[in-house]
Amino acid sequence: MNMTLPKVRVPYLLLLPGFAFLFTFFILPIANLAQTSTQTPISGGDTGQYEQSFAFSNYVNAFLDNREQFARSFVYATLATIFALAIAYPLAYAIAFKAGKFKNILLVLVVAPFFTSFLLRTIAWKQILGEEGFVVPTLRSLHLMGQQTTITSTAVAVVAGMTYNFLPFMTLPLYASLERIDPRTIEAAGDLYANGLTTFRRVTVPLSLPGVVAGTLLTFIPAAGDYVNAAILGSPNTKMIGNVIESRYFKIVDYPTAAALSFTLMAAILILVTLYIRKAGTEELV
Amino acid sequence: MVRGFPKGSRQLVSIDPINARGDLRLTRITKSYGDFKAVDDLTLTIPKGSFFALLGPSGCGKTTTLRMVAGLEEPTVGSIHLGETDITTTRPYQRPINTVFQNYALFPHLTIFENIAFGLRRRGMKDVKEQVDKVLSLVELPHLAQRKPTQLSGGQQQRIALARAIVNRPALLLLDEPLGALDLKLRRQMQIELKWIQREVGLTFVHVTHDQEEAMTMADTIAVMNEGKIEQMGSPADLYDDPETAFVANFLGQSNLIKGKIDGNDGDNLVIDLFGQKISMPKKRSHAVDSSLYAGIRPEKFRISRTGTAVRGNTLTGGRIEDVSYIGVSTQYVVAMPWGQELMVFEQNDDGVPPFDKGEEVIISWEPNFTFGLRGDEDIEAGTEVNPEEIGE
Repeated sequence: MNMTLPKVRVPYLLLLPGFAFLFTFFILPIANLAQTSTQTPISGGDTGQYEQSFAFSNYVNAFLDNREQFARSFVYATLATIFALAIAYPLAYAIAFKAGKFKNILLVLVVAPFFTSFLLRTIAWKQILGEEGFVVPTLRSLHLMGQQTTITSTAVAVVAGMTYNFLPFMTLPLYASLERIDPRTIEAAGDLYANGLTTFRRVTVPLSLPGVVAGTLLTFIPAAGDYVNAAILGSPNTKMIGNVIESRYFKIVDYPTAAALSFTLMAAILILVTLYIRKAGTEELV
Repeated sequence: MVRGFPKGSRQLVSIDPINARGDLRLTRITKSYGDFKAVDDLTLTIPKGSFFALLGPSGCGKTTTLRMVAGLEEPTVGSIHLGETDITTTRPYQRPINTVFQNYALFPHLTIFENIAFGLRRRGMKDVKEQVDKVLSLVELPHLAQRKPTQLSGGQQQRIALARAIVNRPALLLLDEPLGALDLKLRRQMQIELKWIQREVGLTFVHVTHDQEEAMTMADTIAVMNEGKIEQMGSPADLYDDPETAFVANFLGQSNLIKGKIDGNDGDNLVIDLFGQKISMPKKRSHAVDSSLYAGIRPEKFRISRTGTAVRGNTLTGGRIEDVSYIGVSTQYVVAMPWGQELMVFEQNDDGVPPFDKGEEVIISWEPNFTFGLRGDEDIEAGTEVNPEEIGE
């Protein structure tokens, strides 16, 4: 009889560490950020001194001043997500169905980039796409690129960098959902008069949709808020909203605008993701 | 694929495989995986419209044979014909053959209706709705059309898998251990239903199973497979009454196999010496190649009598009851014989005679016609081993 009470408590006890962590490092900072976002500079105060004045106009101004960067962030993130999907799907498919005994080695290779720093890898891309790298001279010699055109400091470089950096986040969930497909359902489709292409379209793709949804979210969300790729591989013309937030915080010390932008970005991503999941209807697939 | 000028005579009939109809003929099929031959020089004809069972223990090559017929594997050597059409290398989706997979392999993302409609839609059929509705009522599940497969019980999924296959009216329906995942009671019920459906739709069914009772209940013809070869083929009654090998004798039901010697002729009968006691059996039921043989008798064919009573037919004296199990419809005895062998005897409990007691001295007798003879060099344990994987299925 006495066993029932502790049993009820156990799940809550197990939740406690996670909850404490999230409270300290997520809820509290968010609350602090929300508070900061409506502050205004103290008149006659130093730079970086703000007081609470519930200036919701901060949001309007922050958004209106940075519409371009917002738009660019979502365009770049969308492009990077599409390219990552285009590269990762065949890759994950090959690993799941065709790799045989090399499956585990290939999976290790997919995550191998994580063994080096994100920053270093992005700087390496600057070299790869630079004048001395092999990409530009090759494209030039093939006359696919003008002699004066460059890749670094352009949107191409930023999107390429993001595609590369987020590729494992796309590949792994795709692999997981492809690998879970019962090979007999594929055989059954062939048995029921579907050729290879039809089987892929009607059975493999629908059954891998949970992986597509997870992968695109894991790519799009961090990509939309990313500023490293744009900072290293881009130029002032390719500034994303992440770069604006970064410079408002650390260079201009304009905390309220940075906070307001952060919230706007969060809200925008949340809305887009909700619409996307509604549309994809994942709950029906699992 | 471009259909060029026929290279060999077997290409002469230029019928599109998908419309092929007729008997299924496997000619000298071998399937090797490295050194291992899963199917070894198998030749087999399955007549159109029959309910055919491939029966054997796991690893005997029955599933590989089925997969080659379905087109999911290609034979290393040999050819497969459907009617006059060579389908050996035809892709699965171009064969008029459908499969009910083990564990069903229903499409989890599609409704039951769309699962069944899948094959019809791929072939661009017109009256999809009508045909799906018809087959759903045949399997008595019309109310489940809009459900997803995961919302169905095992028995329901089994019927949907069957419906998804037969709705296409294939020339051949393959069933790969279709009832293996069901519990015993449901399995018995589905066996009867499958047989009824086969008669109703008139398709050729090829059924792969390791369950001898299932094969005997459903099939017109059974091919017993062992180590990639067919041991024996025939009607359930033929296989049971006159097995040609120890494997068949033991795999289909139980058998008592007693070592003996052919001691002479008596008209159409052979005189057999079993450890000094003479019995007789019809010549045509002996598959021995020389004078040594095993005399086989099914346990229910034996009668037990107390020592000293007069008995008809073949008799063996000197038995002693070793064990008695009363199981309602019958009583099963283990009888120890003077030469050290223990025989199984099943007695119907229909004569009001109280069962024998342990330790009683008895005579065993049977009708000579029930005896079958196996080669003397057989392994009498063949087919008796029970694969642990197959228990509790």
